[in-house]
Amino acid sequence: MNAVIQYILYLGILILLAIPLGGYIKKVMAGEKTFLSRILTPCENAVYKVMHIDSGEQMNWKKYAVSVLIFSGIGLVFLFLLQLLQGVLPGNPQGLPGVKWDLSLNTAISFITNTNWQAYSGESTLSYLTQALGLTVQNFVSAATGIAVLFALIRGFVKVKTDGLGSFWVDITRIVIHILIPLNLVIALALAGGGVIQNLKGGQTVPLLEPVAVNAEGEIIENAVIDVETNTVTVFGKAVEDADIVTEQFVPMGPAASQVAIKQSGTNGGGYMGVNSAHPLENPNAFTNLIEMISLLLIPAALCFTFGRCVKNKRQGVALFMAMFLCLVVALGCVAVREQIATPQLIQDGAVDVSAVDQAGGNMEGKETRFGIAASSTWAVYTTAASNGSVNSMHDSFTPLGGMVPMLLMQLGEVIFGGTGCGLYGMLAFAILTVFIAGLMVGRTPEFLGKKIEPYEMKWATLVCLATPIAILVGSGIAAVFPGIEASLNNAGAHGFSEILYAFSSAGGNNGSAFAGFNGNTVFLNLSLGLVMLFVRFLPIVGTLAIAGSLARKKLVAVSAGTLSTQNPMFVFLLIFIVLLVGALSFFPSLALGPIAEFLSSIG
Amino acid sequence: MQILKKALPKAALIFLIFTLLCGVVYTAVVTGLSRLLFPHQANGSIIEVDGKQYGCELLGQQYTDDAHLWGRIMKLDVSTYVDEDGKRLLYAAPSNLSPASEEYEALVAERVEKLRAANPDRDTSAVPVDLITGSGSGLDPHISPAAAEYQVPRIAKASGRTQDEVRQIIEKCTEGRFLGLFGEETVHVLKVNLMLDGILTA
Repeated sequence: MNAVIQYILYLGILILLAIPLGGYIKKVMAGEKTFLSRILTPCENAVYKVMHIDSGEQMNWKKYAVSVLIFSGIGLVFLFLLQLLQGVLPGNPQGLPGVKWDLSLNTAISFITNTNWQAYSGESTLSYLTQALGLTVQNFVSAATGIAVLFALIRGFVKVKTDGLGSFWVDITRIVIHILIPLNLVIALALAGGGVIQNLKGGQTVPLLEPVAVNAEGEIIENAVIDVETNTVTVFGKAVEDADIVTEQFVPMGPAASQVAIKQSGTNGGGYMGVNSAHPLENPNAFTNLIEMISLLLIPAALCFTFGRCVKNKRQGVALFMAMFLCLVVALGCVAVREQIATPQLIQDGAVDVSAVDQAGGNMEGKETRFGIAASSTWAVYTTAASNGSVNSMHDSFTPLGGMVPMLLMQLGEVIFGGTGCGLYGMLAFAILTVFIAGLMVGRTPEFLGKKIEPYEMKWATLVCLATPIAILVGSGIAAVFPGIEASLNNAGAHGFSEILYAFSSAGGNNGSAFAGFNGNTVFLNLSLGLVMLFVRFLPIVGTLAIAGSLARKKLVAVSAGTLSTQNPMFVFLLIFIVLLVGALSFFPSLALGPIAEFLSSIG
Repeated sequence: MQILKKALPKAALIFLIFTLLCGVVYTAVVTGLSRLLFPHQANGSIIEVDGKQYGCELLGQQYTDDAHLWGRIMKLDVSTYVDEDGKRLLYAAPSNLSPASEEYEALVAERVEKLRAANPDRDTSAVPVDLITGSGSGLDPHISPAAAEYQVPRIAKASGRTQDEVRQIIEKCTEGRFLGLFGEETVHVLKVNLMLDGILTA
């Protein structure tokens, strides 16, 4: 019963916060006054002054696109070099060496594309300087880039007979200064108060209550009797030669809270720690978990309402929100039920107690006690619906069908809320597809928000919608037959294939979560996943801007009796149907080979 | 090309500004305020009694002593981190195993058998799931109240206390849900053990 209340509250709080934030974002982007303007507008103007930016500049779509690409390109080069050189740079109290070239390139691509795939493990690979100056910065600007592109598209709908889509420089400056920085200061301080570390000290050590014995090969000695005073280890009365006694535990340190805040709210997802928000120093309790989980879906949900206000049609925003929300609720229901039921392999004919009495129960493999099933399932669905990719439990250890749902959410193209900005412009491409198909059925020229949808928009919208399936299927297809791929797998059989499919779905959705047993840190995987991430990030950006440019040049068509309404439940249903149709048709065969095959064999 | 030439310096400059703003200023402000407002939490919640450190409140350790409360199954890692003198340090990782495979079934069967052997008073009751599964971080510092209760007879016998005394200690280290609603009820394993050892006052 408590679990059900938790699910309802997680969804309810999200809606309650998203609506006012949606209004605030609209005001900021329109240059209107907000309650923070008095402090922040002078900062914004100072940036324009230093930069010699004309805040009234209007870029055409090509100039806007080129600006996005160059800005991302500079970020890529900077982050790549920063990692290679971190060994000789300051801000490295752990004394970590430079990162290998292929891993650096993969991580740089992953952060500029708002993916945050983790082939690296934060606390053992990256220096504090790299984390703060590299990753944190990209967390901010890659999120801002997505929102900026969305606003270019919004202007395409609103403006009439013009080329100008606004200025990319003005857009990202406003987004970072008025939205992301204030929001994240609040989140980061709440997290630090809740127990997330935030300091600049090197890693600490603390004594263990029970020392651990290790043999010469570095393996743990079972049943060891340890005498720390005399430094001897015995097993069943026999002394073990060359045994090493471990008496201290490593406690990672560093500026985590500041980065965790933006990795959640910017739908980035790259953890400060290797195990992401499952780590108790990154997400210590239910309070920090609530904040992190809500903030990961907050901006994408708010943007639906922003969209409605901007196009002066609030019902359109609500319709888009409902289409996404309904999918989210169904997905959440599926995962919650599957994880609570657990698997026959875990239950052992009743020898293991998975009931929800005095414990969370269910499939607790890979889940933290403090989060249990409810908070873990909700997070898994939120993080893959949004293209966030942070985790608070290990998706690799989910039940076969419980793990399939997050995979499917990514394969749908990250349009169930999706990333900041990119989720909504992806969904709008599907909406364009929907009005076109619906228009064909009733024999009318398709229109959306008063703009005629013609072959030019359709071609680009199709590319935007198909970028993800193409990248995932081609990528995972090649990887599955690549020699030596089995060395990267942590599980055998159908689940092993699921690990590959999940990795490419994650890269192909710019998500970044993983079936984390999978070792993605090989040259082939670093490069192939890197290419996939670039393709699915920038092809849709260019496509969206092209559509925006074309729409802005058109005149508004008056609404008539023959216009197909895009705000009623019928349209919501059609939109969901088209999204599922593209996703299901593309991915059913591969899902049948992975999670569905595993499920059937586990109950057989 | 013309657009490119014009945009490049502008893009570089704005990238520099954001690097300073989001990388340096933002991180510094959060660090400064956290240190001022929450010094204990921001520095890793390390448990100190009379100036001596006893573990990190947020990181689980492995316990095998019959007189201690046991935690989640841990996949220990002693090769990633060393201290200044090159001595191995303990850390841990999640298993990432699928809970639907035959290998996993065999692994769990073995764990159940081991637990039942160590807790003879409970050899007919089902084992709470927390005790035979690995956590998401590998470093989970908690177990469920059910998993703690399962171990009470063993701990009482091995530590020479009554079962009620052990239960009292466990209760003291049990934390409820946030606002009574969010997350799960948890028992803090290290704190229970420090109280059993008389280091923290029960």
